This record gives sequence, structure tokens and C-alpha cells, in this order.
Amino acid sequence: MHFGPHLLLATLEGLVTSAVLALTALGLSLVFGVMRVVNVAHGEFFMLGAVLAWAITSAIGGHPALGFLAALVIAPLIVGAVAVVAERLVLRRLNYNPEATIVATIGMLYIIQQLALTFYGPEARPVEPPFSYRILLPWFGYSGYKLSIIAASAVLLIATWLVLTRTKIGLIMRATQYDSETAQAFGISVGRVYGGVFALGAMLAAIAAVLIVPISQAHYLMGQDPLLLSFIVVIIGGLGSLRGTVVAAVLIGLSDGIISMFFSPTLAKIIATLLVAMVLVFRPQGLFGTASR
Amino acid sequence: MSEASPAKAYALHLGAIALLFVLSFLLPEYYHGVLARIMVLAVFAMGYNMLFGYVGLLSLGHAMFFGAGLYGAGLAVIQLGWSVPAAFGAGLGCGAVLSLIIGLLALRTTGVAFMIVTMMFAQVFYLAILYFAAWTGGDQGMVVPQPARVLSFGATSLDLTNPTVRYICALSLFSLVLLITLAIVRSRYGRVLVAIRENEERTKMLGYDTFSNKLAAVVVSGTICAASGAAYALLFGYVGSSFASVQYSILPLLWVLLGGAATTLGPLIGTLFMYYVIDVTSGYTSAYLLIVGIALILLVLFFPKGILGSIRQRWLGWLP
Amino acid sequence: MTPLLTTKGLSRNFGGLRAVDSVDFTLMPGEIRAVIGPNGAGKTTFVSLVSGRIRPSSGAILFDGADITGLPAYVRVRQGIAYTFQITSVFANLSAYDNVALPVQRTLSDGRSKGAVRAGVMSALERTGLAGRAHMPAGQLSYGHQRLLEVAMGLALKPRLLILDEPTQGLADSEIDNFVELVRDIAKSATVLLIEHNMPVVMHLADRITVFNAGRILAEGAPEAIRNDAAVQDAYLGTAP
Repeated sequence: MHFGPHLLLATLEGLVTSAVLALTALGLSLVFGVMRVVNVAHGEFFMLGAVLAWAITSAIGGHPALGFLAALVIAPLIVGAVAVVAERLVLRRLNYNPEATIVATIGMLYIIQQLALTFYGPEARPVEPPFSYRILLPWFGYSGYKLSIIAASAVLLIATWLVLTRTKIGLIMRATQYDSETAQAFGISVGRVYGGVFALGAMLAAIAAVLIVPISQAHYLMGQDPLLLSFIVVIIGGLGSLRGTVVAAVLIGLSDGIISMFFSPTLAKIIATLLVAMVLVFRPQGLFGTASR
Repeated sequence: MSEASPAKAYALHLGAIALLFVLSFLLPEYYHGVLARIMVLAVFAMGYNMLFGYVGLLSLGHAMFFGAGLYGAGLAVIQLGWSVPAAFGAGLGCGAVLSLIIGLLALRTTGVAFMIVTMMFAQVFYLAILYFAAWTGGDQGMVVPQPARVLSFGATSLDLTNPTVRYICALSLFSLVLLITLAIVRSRYGRVLVAIRENEERTKMLGYDTFSNKLAAVVVSGTICAASGAAYALLFGYVGSSFASVQYSILPLLWVLLGGAATTLGPLIGTLFMYYVIDVTSGYTSAYLLIVGIALILLVLFFPKGILGSIRQRWLGWLP
Repeated sequence: MTPLLTTKGLSRNFGGLRAVDSVDFTLMPGEIRAVIGPNGAGKTTFVSLVSGRIRPSSGAILFDGADITGLPAYVRVRQGIAYTFQITSVFANLSAYDNVALPVQRTLSDGRSKGAVRAGVMSALERTGLAGRAHMPAGQLSYGHQRLLEVAMGLALKPRLLILDEPTQGLADSEIDNFVELVRDIAKSATVLLIEHNMPVVMHLADRITVFNAGRILAEGAPEAIRNDAAVQDAYLGTAP
């Protein structure tokens, strides 16, 4: 294969990564933006989505598309419910204290991970894609399903953006983000907004996982890489900034695909993590963010 | 902190050390090993407590300092063939240098950013161990061969693989660090650290360079953790990358929260208690991380002061 | 005689607001100077610039003839500029003794000696009448006592310039009388810069008064002259007797 097609392939693979990463990171970013909570268990919600997708598709059987569509609806709902319970039982009682909530979400991470290991097991299990159409390009064939991930993610991102900017729910969320006390004074139930945002963040991660699981596999440790990458995206994009998150996700997703062609994955991770730590030290508002509030 | 009852405090700490010494004659051999391990890990917790308890800086990356001591000492013995004391010194030196660098960078941030930055630096350290597998053994780790684990003074030599010798070495390190911690906490420097924890802005306005004071605390804390790591490598003979993973950054936090942050004996009690809980529950479940997760959540929710912190609040106000 | 404190064209903007607007200010050693003005006039911003808690947008600050504009707050404190907070911010979880020991141990040349620290702490506590409460946690002291503890901490820094930001706010009348005496006593060894709303206290204590309005110095002079200044009455005294 020549360089051009090779680059096209790398770009397509990178865009798939970006698409999934943008959804996952957006969830993390929303939770941090509105609630000021750093959710270390975010990757486990991702993992839970994938594991549930496997459980649902294998329970339903029949045509793969049927099970997949069911998983796409049910898995995020279950994950959202888990998140609401966690928010009610733990985060709310901690008054959303930033440091205490980090410690608590670390606890959640271990609990979810270990429960998955106990009930799901240590195996990696595949989920069949809903359709297996291959698009034939002049140089290579490419999975139609992968392209549909990019499209689905774009639709979901635009939908989330519209909800945040054009609807009353979005207005309430932004009001709470801007000043929760004043929002409370205007009759907004801050507790419910926080519960909803935490669930929404977890559901975005779960949807991303359901989308990716037909081309990767469900495994109880699969939440670690998305967590790290989401952190990187949210920090580079500027904490709590929606547009920055999406731009950074595309940037990281593309460069991840391209970098891992040239370097060993471990070295790529070392460099990326170090760079991001340096961004946080020297430019805490992110590369694209303006001065912090 | 307070001027009152220094005698009581020292008596309590010397008593605790004496008790651990006496236990070495009473305990069956299996518990020798367990308790020696707990004492070494309690040193790790004491180092963590120095920063988290007394300065209020919550790091999520202390595994790298433990790892610096572990690999500094382990590599010096295995790859360079250094003697035990020299290797221990190498471990301490690695921890001190690393914590100085990390402190200079991470202390530019505060709060949540500090937690994430320390976590990321520790992750870089961990990945670097995996990447340089040719020297570090990667995720397999390395075993320190028994002949290298001998401490010799002229004609006499002590075999660190002997359970009694190992116990006494662990106890010596533990006692030394405990007394150093107590002295720091009761000193005027300790008073400044607590002041920074309570209100950094106010401390600056009393003429203190809070950055330098915090940096010194990071280095002291990192070096103590490295001492624990170096001792672990030399006493138990295993140097593994899992000790540098995120999990080993979380564990000292858990031990300190459980025993009581900003109490000198809390780290020991927390480490001991957690070890015991996991030991007891291991009969029912192999998922010990589940216990860790539940313990973390219950502690921050209902018991944020930990065991000794609560006792100090209720009954023993003089407890250091 | 060199002025103890001079500011030249000192300014500070917050967004579009000029909280302090090219202020030229001079303070002679040994003075008790009161700074008055309506709320939002820039008084607290001005003393925060002097103490180094915030950075100026432009202008210079000279302390005892030397330019200190670029020095961080803690270095200024070491050079002798002490600041007591408007909102009481003692270390609530530490004992009153430890609160005062913090400044004492830093100013002592032999701060390692426990005896010297103890003597220094107790003398500052005795001067402010808090010696009997040395071992109470500062957070459990009454509000008036916490304000006194702030002053004790300021005193223990052995300052050449002591900045008191609204020290009598929230104090009972009887406590205010003691406070006035205490400030007189302090002024024997230090220059005092006092932000104060309570006019009787100001008239009683101050050698000179500087009136701030909208970030600028509106007037400056002896208490009598300020009392009779029409512009001042218009801006300030007229609205709050």
C-alpha cells in the first residue's frame, strides 16, 4: 500500500477512536463542569456499558442487529440508574466536596471492577456487529460499521450540544454550573440536576462502549484506557469546556492512531501522559481554553 | 502540636515500639513475616501521612516514591552488585531526587489539579518501568537473590532472609521513622505545616515562604516512602512493577484515612487493620479490591477522621 | 526624614473597574494614619497592594526608601509589614498559643529554643489580654477575642508597619475602648495604618486621616481639618455619621 491510502486508513481508524473518545470525554467533562466532581469511576461506567451489551446481545439472540439495538437502549439506561444510585448514596452525602468525591469514586472504581470480575469473569468476549457491510474503496475495503460509529457519535454530540444550548434543561444545567446557590434561589432543584448530570455523564460513556464493543471486546479491565484518554482530552480541551473537549478528542484520537503506528504503545502513553501533566502544571486552563474563572 | 504533655506522647510511642519488640518473641513464625511486612508498609503510610495529614496535600501518586526506593535499591543490588547499605542509600537518594522534581512541578497546582498531576506523573513512572523491561524485568519484576541480601559488618554478617533478623530490621526502620515523624510534628516546622494546611494564605501573611515549606514536606514524605520501598526490596527480596501502579498510590491513602490522618500512630493502625480485614475476608472472597473500595467509601462518608482521629477528638486531646 | 511607606501612581484594575487609581501616598514613621472612605472606595485593595496580597497593575511601592513592588507578600512581612485581616482568619483549629507561636518562632533569632518562643508568645498574649486563654482552640474564642488574637499575631511579627483592616468591626463598645488603648500602645513601637469605619475611633486615634473615594485620594490631613472638609462631608461623612 502506498503512503496516501495508508494515511487514509490511519485517519479513518483515528476518527473511530475520536468518535468514541469524544462521547466518553464529554461525559467526564459535563460531570466536572456542572458538579465540579472528578469522576475516577468514569471508565468503569464505560466498561459496564460494554459488559452489559454483551449480556444483552447474548440473552436476546436472533439477528445481531436486534440484540445490538436493544443493548444500545438498555445498557445506557442501566448504567444511568447505577450512576443515579451512586450519586444519591455517596456523592450527595459528601456535599460534592472535590477531594472527598475523588476518594469515593476511586472506591466505586474498585467496587464496579471487582463485581464485574466476579459476575462476568476475566475473559474478553466479543459482540457481533449489527451489520457486516464492507465499503470497497479503490485501495482497501473498510468496515461500514466503523463508519457508522463516526456518524452515530456525531449525531449524539450534536444532539447533546443542542440540548445544552437550546433547551430549558440545558439552561437549567448551565445556570447550576454558573452559580448553584443562585440557581437554588430561583427554584432549581440542584440535587436533581446533579443526579441527572451524573447519570447523563455515565450514560454517554456507556453508549460509547456499546458502539465500540463490536470492534473491540468486552473485558472487566477495559475501562482504564478510556479513563486515561478522557482525562487527557478534558485537560487539553480545558476543564468543563464542551467545544474544547470535542476538538481535543479528535486531535488525540487522530494522533493516537498515527503515533501508535510509529512508536510502541507504551512509549506513546508515556509521552502523552507526561505532556498532559505538563499542560496541567503550566497551562491549567487547557491548550484551547481561555483564562480560568 | 500543643505544648502540653510531651512526656506522655513520647511514653506512648516508646511503649508502642516496645510492644512490637516483645511481640517478636511471642508470635509464631508466620506472623513474624506478616508483621514485618506491615511495619515496612506502615513506614510508607507514615510518609504519605506527612504530606496528606499534616500539610493537607492529597497526592494520588505516592506509589512512584515507594517505587523509586524499591527499584533504586533493587537495581543497585541486582544490576550493580552494591552492598545492602549502599543499595538502601541508593533507594533513598532516588526517592529524594524524584520527590524534589515532582514537588517543584506539582506544587504549582492545588486541589484537584494536584491530585491528577501526581497521579499522572506516577503513571509515567509506572509505564517507564514496563517500557525499560530489559533492566527492570517489566511486569514480571525481579527477585533479589538471597546471597545479595546479607548485611555484613567486618566479620559478622546478618542474613536478611532470616525471619528474626528481618523483623528486627523492619522494627528498627519503623521506630526510627516514627520518632522522626513525632519530632517533626512537634517541632516549629510541624507547626508551620499544619498552619499551611489550615490556611495557606494566612501563613504567607505571617512571613512564611509556603512554597518552600511545602516542597520540603514533599521531599521528606517522598524520601520516607522511598525508605519503605528500599527496605521492602532488601527484606522481602521482590521488586515488582505492581508496587508502582495506581493501586499502590491509593493504598497508603486508605491506610492513613483508616488509622487517622495527622496522627503519628494512625498509619500503623490503619495498615495493620486493613491487612487484618483483608486476611479475614480472603476466606470468603478473592476480590480484595472490593473490600478496599467499600472501605474507602465508608471512610469518607462516615468516618473521615479515622480511628485515632476519632479517639483524639473524643477522649485523648493530647494525642500527637 | 525618609517616609516609611510611599506609593507612586499605584493602580489596580479588576476587569474594567479601577479599584485603585494612581494613588500617591506617603506615611511617616511613628504615625497613626487612618484610611476612611465609603464602601468600595478601594481601601482594602490599597492595603492589599501594600502588603503584597495582590499585585498592582501599575505604579510603585517603596518601603523605607527601597522599592518593594515586585516582592512577594512573605518577604514584605519579613521586612516589617504586618497585615491583620478584615475578616478574622485565625487558625481556628489551633490553640491561641500556637496561633501566636507561628509569628513568634519566625521572628526570633533563636526560635529553636522552646523557652524563647514561650516567652514571646506569652508576652504578646498578655498585651492583648488573652494569656488566660492560651490553650483554647482559636475557633472557640469569642469574636472579640479572635480579633484581639489577630492583633496579637500582628504584634508578634514585631512589625515596623502594622496594617489593621477594620479592627473594631463587630466589637462591643466596651471592647472598643480597650482596643483604642491597645493601638495607642502598639503605636509606641510601630507605625500604624488603620482602615476604620467607626468615626469616633478614627478621630480619637489618628494623627492624620486619608480619605479614599472611587479609588482615589479625596483628601488628607489632620482629623479636625478632615472633619471640616466640605468635599469629604459630601462624599462620606454626610451619609454615615
